[in-house]
Amino acid sequence: MAGVPQIRRIAGTGVPIRGDDIDTDQILPARFMKEVTFDNMGEYAFYDARRDENGVINDHPLNTYTGANIAVVNRNFGCGSSREHAPQGLMRWGMEGIVGESFAEIFRDNCKSLGVPAMTADAETVDRLQTFIEENPEAGIELDVREKTITFDGEVVDAEIDHAMREALLEGTWDTTAVMRSNMDRVRDVANSLPYVEDR
Amino acid sequence: MSNGTLYDKVWDRHTVTTLPNGQDQLFIGLHLIHEVTSPQAFGMLRERDIDVAFPDRTFATTDHIVPTTPEGRERPLKDDQAENMLSALEQNTEEAGITFYGLDTNKQGITHVVAPELGLSQPGMTVACGDSHTATHGAFGSIGVGIGTTQIRDVLATGCIAADKQKVRRVEVTGELGDGVYAKDVILKIIQDLGVGGGVGHVYEYGGEAIKSLDMEGRLAVCNMSIEGGARAGYINPDETTYEYLKGREFAPEGDAWDEHVEYWESIRSDEDAEYDDVVEVDADGIAPMVSWGINPGQVIEVTDPVPTPEEVPKQDREAAQKAYDHMDVEPGESMQGYGVDVAFLGTCTNGRVSDFREAAKVLEGRSVDDDVWALAVPGSETVRAECEKAGIDEVFREAGFEWRQAGCSMCLAMNDDKLGAGEVCASSSNRNFIGRQGDKAGRTVLMSPAMVAAAAVEGEVVDVREVLN
Repeated sequence: MAGVPQIRRIAGTGVPIRGDDIDTDQILPARFMKEVTFDNMGEYAFYDARRDENGVINDHPLNTYTGANIAVVNRNFGCGSSREHAPQGLMRWGMEGIVGESFAEIFRDNCKSLGVPAMTADAETVDRLQTFIEENPEAGIELDVREKTITFDGEVVDAEIDHAMREALLEGTWDTTAVMRSNMDRVRDVANSLPYVEDR
Repeated sequence: MSNGTLYDKVWDRHTVTTLPNGQDQLFIGLHLIHEVTSPQAFGMLRERDIDVAFPDRTFATTDHIVPTTPEGRERPLKDDQAENMLSALEQNTEEAGITFYGLDTNKQGITHVVAPELGLSQPGMTVACGDSHTATHGAFGSIGVGIGTTQIRDVLATGCIAADKQKVRRVEVTGELGDGVYAKDVILKIIQDLGVGGGVGHVYEYGGEAIKSLDMEGRLAVCNMSIEGGARAGYINPDETTYEYLKGREFAPEGDAWDEHVEYWESIRSDEDAEYDDVVEVDADGIAPMVSWGINPGQVIEVTDPVPTPEEVPKQDREAAQKAYDHMDVEPGESMQGYGVDVAFLGTCTNGRVSDFREAAKVLEGRSVDDDVWALAVPGSETVRAECEKAGIDEVFREAGFEWRQAGCSMCLAMNDDKLGAGEVCASSSNRNFIGRQGDKAGRTVLMSPAMVAAAAVEGEVVDVREVLN
């Protein structure tokens, strides 16, 4: 559909969010999901983790790496609840791309829906990238969706990206509603072929 | 690559076409919606002037934000945001012609409790819902997947999702369960063995004697927590237990249609010689009741075992273990038995069904809740509540000192007034022990079966329910 941009590259600065199995309850606590739009979700990203027990802003990476647009995470990031509020919150906070060792599937699908590339690299590369950002917070890094690479510290390293996500981003077809609506005749054929769906 | 499994067959029957990006366009036969993740999707449809494509294959209820007391449920709800969400769902379903089981019906409840008990969830279906516990419906031999809000928009607009086919792992659960050990213990054992990320990229086909012998409510509890193991979907092949359960339910087929459906259901069972991407065995023979000791559902032990030491934890999980010791204030090498409990919570889409309350009631009969424990029983649906009340189960709970509430997600994720306070420990029949999940971020969750929750409520600490029952 018109107006869906193609996404080939994300360039900017990074924010390392260390830890395995960071769940979507951490990323976007449930009590902030009582809004009927996603508009304010950026304010709630990692809300609790960003504050100490007295509610005072702490040294969480989202507090210290302000202005970053590429998150670097570890294993099974985004596990747990399916809430799209989590990637919505990160995106509205400013995240345009994300690199990790691995992602929970629903989270990855949600990133695809939003046009946010979620790329993976091995543990050693991710750790090196996180350390580089920690030592050089202002240094530029780049994710290349087409070439499947990450550039940092004067080096180009290989990364992986889910095939469907890559195609969708490069072709600008990550808006699946429009794509799938063009097949509605066939959808009705499939529906009518199923014993549990009443003919329409 | 898998071949001849239920997953392959159901996937093929529902595939519309292959999309340009290589994903399959998959028809969704049952779409369940609730108030928290759907309003934004209806908003997106409105922006584009698109109608709901299959309103008669879509069913709604309200669960996440609803209060669980009669006063709390009076409209307008006291919490303005909750009222807004509920009103939006009422309006959206009304405009689209979608059946909505609201607070003024006697069928409201948690989506994953309501759809099975109404007979909406059936073998050979694809089921989607904006909730990760949609895997629950796999208990019937369907493919149930949790989706995000943009995908909800897709299903509303087209009846489809764009999806990648996953690998199929057969999880063969052997052995026999002793008294005081339940389906919840089986799934926690599976997650202990396979890990919280072990299922990523896979769906789990559960089988083996320990699964086959479970009733439908037990099977629902097992499939429900597939996502806690990282598997987006989990299922059990349909059999006589499945058909028995379905027969006579409101949306189950009748007469000739029943026979036709059974034929379809039989046809989609995994073949005897089906090929799986891999097969793993989990030994559940004689396991003790399971409890969590940490902050993810893989950090679980048999209640008779000590909390693992850092050396006993795989290297990659040690950092998470350390974080768990700190948050939970547990000592490696020590038992969870005797761990003090402030709140006992019984309910949720994992364990909020009649058999869960019945088993817990056996523990509570003639006993009372410890004076320092706040005990909360929240039926998974209004139907469950009515059935429990008809059987007098609610009386056992009330007499023991539990509050007997109305249906909702409640303290599983604390989006209503039912919240865990700072520093409090909750013995919980829910599915997630993530930090902050049940309320305050300094709250602590210990996951366990409903009977174990009842025993913890009585003793004021984590105990082995088998000792209480003897």
